Amino acid sequence: MNIKEFLDQDQKKDLLRFLTAGSVDDGKSTLIGRLLFDSKKLYEDQLSALKRDSKRVGHAGEEIDYALLLDGLKAEREQGITIDVAYRYFSTAKRKFIIADTPGHEQYTRNMITGGSTANLAVILIDARKGVITQTRRHTFLVSLLGIKHVVLAVNKMDLVDYDEKVFNKIVEDYKEFVTQLDIPDINFIPLSALKGDNVVDVSDKMPWYHGKSLLEFLETVHVSSDRNFSDMRYPVQYVLRPTLDFRGFSAKVASGIIRKGDEVMVLPSRQKSKVKSIVTYDGDLDYAFPPQAVTVTLEDEIDVSRGDMLVHPDNPPTVSRHFEAMLVWMDEEKMDPLTQFYIKQTTHTTRAKVDHIDHKIDVNTLEKHDVDALQLNDIAKVVITTNEPLYFDPYKKNKATGAFILIDPVTHNTSAVGMITGEYKEGKLDLRITSEQKDKIHKGQGLISQDEYVKRYNQKGSTIWISGLHGSGKNELAFSLERKLFDLGATVITLDGKSTRMGLSRELDFSPADRAEHLRRIAHIAKLLNDQGIITICSFASNDENIRNQVAEIIGKDRFHLAYMDADIDYCKKNADDDLYERFEKGEISNIPGLDLEFQKPENAKLVMNPEDMQDNLQKVLDYLSENKIFPAG
Amino acid sequence: MESYSLSNLKELEAESIHIIREVAAEFENPVMLYSIGKDSSVMVRLAEKAFYPGKVPFPLMHIDSKWKFREMIEFRDKYVKEKGWDLIVHYNKKAYEQGVGPFTHGSKVHTDLMKTQALLEALNKYKFDAAFGGARRDEEKSRAKERIYSFRDKYHQWDPKNQRPELWDIYNAKIHKGESIRVFPLSNWTELDIWQYIRLENIPIVPLYFAKERPVVDIDGNLILVDDERMPEEYRKKAVMKKVRFRTLGCYPLTGAIESEADTIEKIVEEMMTVTKSERTTRVIDFDQEASMEQKKREGYF
Ligand SMILES: Nc1nc2c(ncn2[C@@H]2O[C@H](COP(=O)(O)OP(=O)(O)O)[C@@H](O)[C@H]2O)c(=O)[nH]1
Repeated sequence: MNIKEFLDQDQKKDLLRFLTAGSVDDGKSTLIGRLLFDSKKLYEDQLSALKRDSKRVGHAGEEIDYALLLDGLKAEREQGITIDVAYRYFSTAKRKFIIADTPGHEQYTRNMITGGSTANLAVILIDARKGVITQTRRHTFLVSLLGIKHVVLAVNKMDLVDYDEKVFNKIVEDYKEFVTQLDIPDINFIPLSALKGDNVVDVSDKMPWYHGKSLLEFLETVHVSSDRNFSDMRYPVQYVLRPTLDFRGFSAKVASGIIRKGDEVMVLPSRQKSKVKSIVTYDGDLDYAFPPQAVTVTLEDEIDVSRGDMLVHPDNPPTVSRHFEAMLVWMDEEKMDPLTQFYIKQTTHTTRAKVDHIDHKIDVNTLEKHDVDALQLNDIAKVVITTNEPLYFDPYKKNKATGAFILIDPVTHNTSAVGMITGEYKEGKLDLRITSEQKDKIHKGQGLISQDEYVKRYNQKGSTIWISGLHGSGKNELAFSLERKLFDLGATVITLDGKSTRMGLSRELDFSPADRAEHLRRIAHIAKLLNDQGIITICSFASNDENIRNQVAEIIGKDRFHLAYMDADIDYCKKNADDDLYERFEKGEISNIPGLDLEFQKPENAKLVMNPEDMQDNLQKVLDYLSENKIFPAG
Repeated sequence: MESYSLSNLKELEAESIHIIREVAAEFENPVMLYSIGKDSSVMVRLAEKAFYPGKVPFPLMHIDSKWKFREMIEFRDKYVKEKGWDLIVHYNKKAYEQGVGPFTHGSKVHTDLMKTQALLEALNKYKFDAAFGGARRDEEKSRAKERIYSFRDKYHQWDPKNQRPELWDIYNAKIHKGESIRVFPLSNWTELDIWQYIRLENIPIVPLYFAKERPVVDIDGNLILVDDERMPEEYRKKAVMKKVRFRTLGCYPLTGAIESEADTIEKIVEEMMTVTKSERTTRVIDFDQEASMEQKKREGYF
């Protein structure tokens, strides 16, 4: 074999990602250091054997502190740099390996969950002298929670117990007894000495009673590619490609299952159906694609598909729901605030979510369940979550790619928690517990949702923007473009104007000063109700009378009432009005028109004064005002 | 029978494409930093694959320190033309006009002004909210814990205590105005993977990677190429011809060559696998005291 053939073979090898877990001083660094060092040696030997003048470098007699190979991170840890996981790379002729090396200190839960999320296998270390201890149980529980299907229990420091078979067997028995409660399909036991190298790379002659593989041999041969879900096709659209008018491709990493050319597919959430026309890649079209391939699919029909949508087989859809139960791991230094309206990201879909209910917290050491009100760093709990838009998911156990999600804090943008969906939550299961205090509130017509909760949910303070100005001044134009803009920015907003309210709510009222007052009284009460429930209200009314404006402010609440004045004079308004109101007045057909026969009392106390000629600027003015006063966004 | 398993390289490729698309989908104004090195060349190929048959939807940007090897610039200009890339070239104009360079100002000042400051200047100028870089975790011990999405505050600073947990393939792309991320789609690639991929995909790379007779000077134990007449005469006159190649490419006065016979990818890999020396140790700038990688990162260097 020459170097070329060697490389040809080498590039065909596959990848195994594994996690190492152990408590401090079990020998994790020594073991990893040895794997990295000895595998490099193996490679070197192999390569120099290829050459004629092969000069073998001997292994024997060298005293190396393998743990030192990893030292890069110790100093950083002292500087307070968070290291939840460090990735190490090594390779043999058969496989490439990525080790997720997670420090075993205080933050073990967060660290292990992070490192284990992408692992196919976990190596759990045990000190042969100590046997199965609390930490071993904790590590194993976290491994099962993450759905890692293969575990190697590496019983280390066998040299310190005279390579005694009985010690090993006892540990195996203890572990097996405990692990039956957890769902891990493939468990292997290897006695070894990381320091002396027994059963790490080569099978040791010190333990003739052990007939299995060395750790490295095991890692090289364990079969993991079938661990992926190849049965339920889920294609979460990541990016829409439209390079030319006649090419519309939907790019994604296949999450699970096999997608084939010609397959009938259904788009979620629209449920429209089409057929796969082609599966495109830079290296040529494919007949089928499987996880984790990243491809681009085109469809036979022109249907609407965007990022966050999912292509599935119509006869095998995922659950589509806004309510689900999940195991949640709290990752944030800040403890959970149950009112927070998080961003949730699952596959390529982002929406808002709230933790409705904490069913119980799990003690990772004893696996006991506890009732709690809120979660703190490293807590693991079963929770119920409700999202704004439905998610398309499968239980994590069945499908990691569609069962995993993260929660992002809407203010700090930190990844506050990560979760694994256990299943759909059927509505109605949530018990409605009403306390006597709450009954009291309902009786008073107060509702059970506090102002704070509204602010968190909508990210806004329920307030009224009251736009005053003559007929034809352009106040409606401002009101509706403001509503549009706020809506687009994610605000929850309602506009009230003369036309819409006078057609129904105030249909019996005319335009006399008395009826105008009554009309505005009604509007003010509606605005107040809406504001009470967290909604921003835009009111566009001439409101020519100073006194009445003050009464309106009184009803709504002075701190929630924000007066804007459209400062247009009557000549401008006559030109600008899009109807014949002013002409009809001239002809004497109508009366009671502000600015003409009714005095328009210019507001002196307006918070915002607008120039009708510059709408774009007005819009920005209001938006700046809302943001400065933390009305929207509130955060 | 159909096979549902991927080789290591194909799996890495898929992972990187997924990351690149995710950033393009979730950020408003991404840019790909193009250093002309082998890792950059791989990264650009992955971007082309990610959006095929479309074009890469963001620009590439080269931070030119004005002291790069001439062959790098030739290579860059040739491929930009050939491939039609949208390339921004930025350099620190003020420092350049003041004549900043490694021979006169030392490697530390030069690197800070012509690389770090130039990069920050460009990021501010174009208001990029995500910048792809070709760094790999196996390059250096301290990179082992690096995130794929590395969060930077509005001063482009990296706060070691404020990095977000990163799980599965779900990346948190939420940032406030002015903040940004650096993205490392090649995080899980090793040096061997890069070479294998270049070989498999026939990706063109700067010829300096291959051994050839070149004029070099020994400066403090580093073999420095005589690339132009800006190298002071006292060094230039000591130049000797040696068969050398470069393991990494940067500013020519700051990048040491190694003596080598490897003039093909196969031979490079063979040398690499049998010489126990980590890749970055041939970069002179890393010998600067105080300026550890962490420190530079905090200041905004990649
Ligand atoms: N006798 C013996 N000592 C070991 C073995 N593995 C590790 N050690 C020692 O145990 C100590 C802790 O090892 P280290 O790898 O740093 O543990 P870590 O904290 O799990 O990373 C060191 O002094 C090692 O030399 C082993 O198999 N046998």
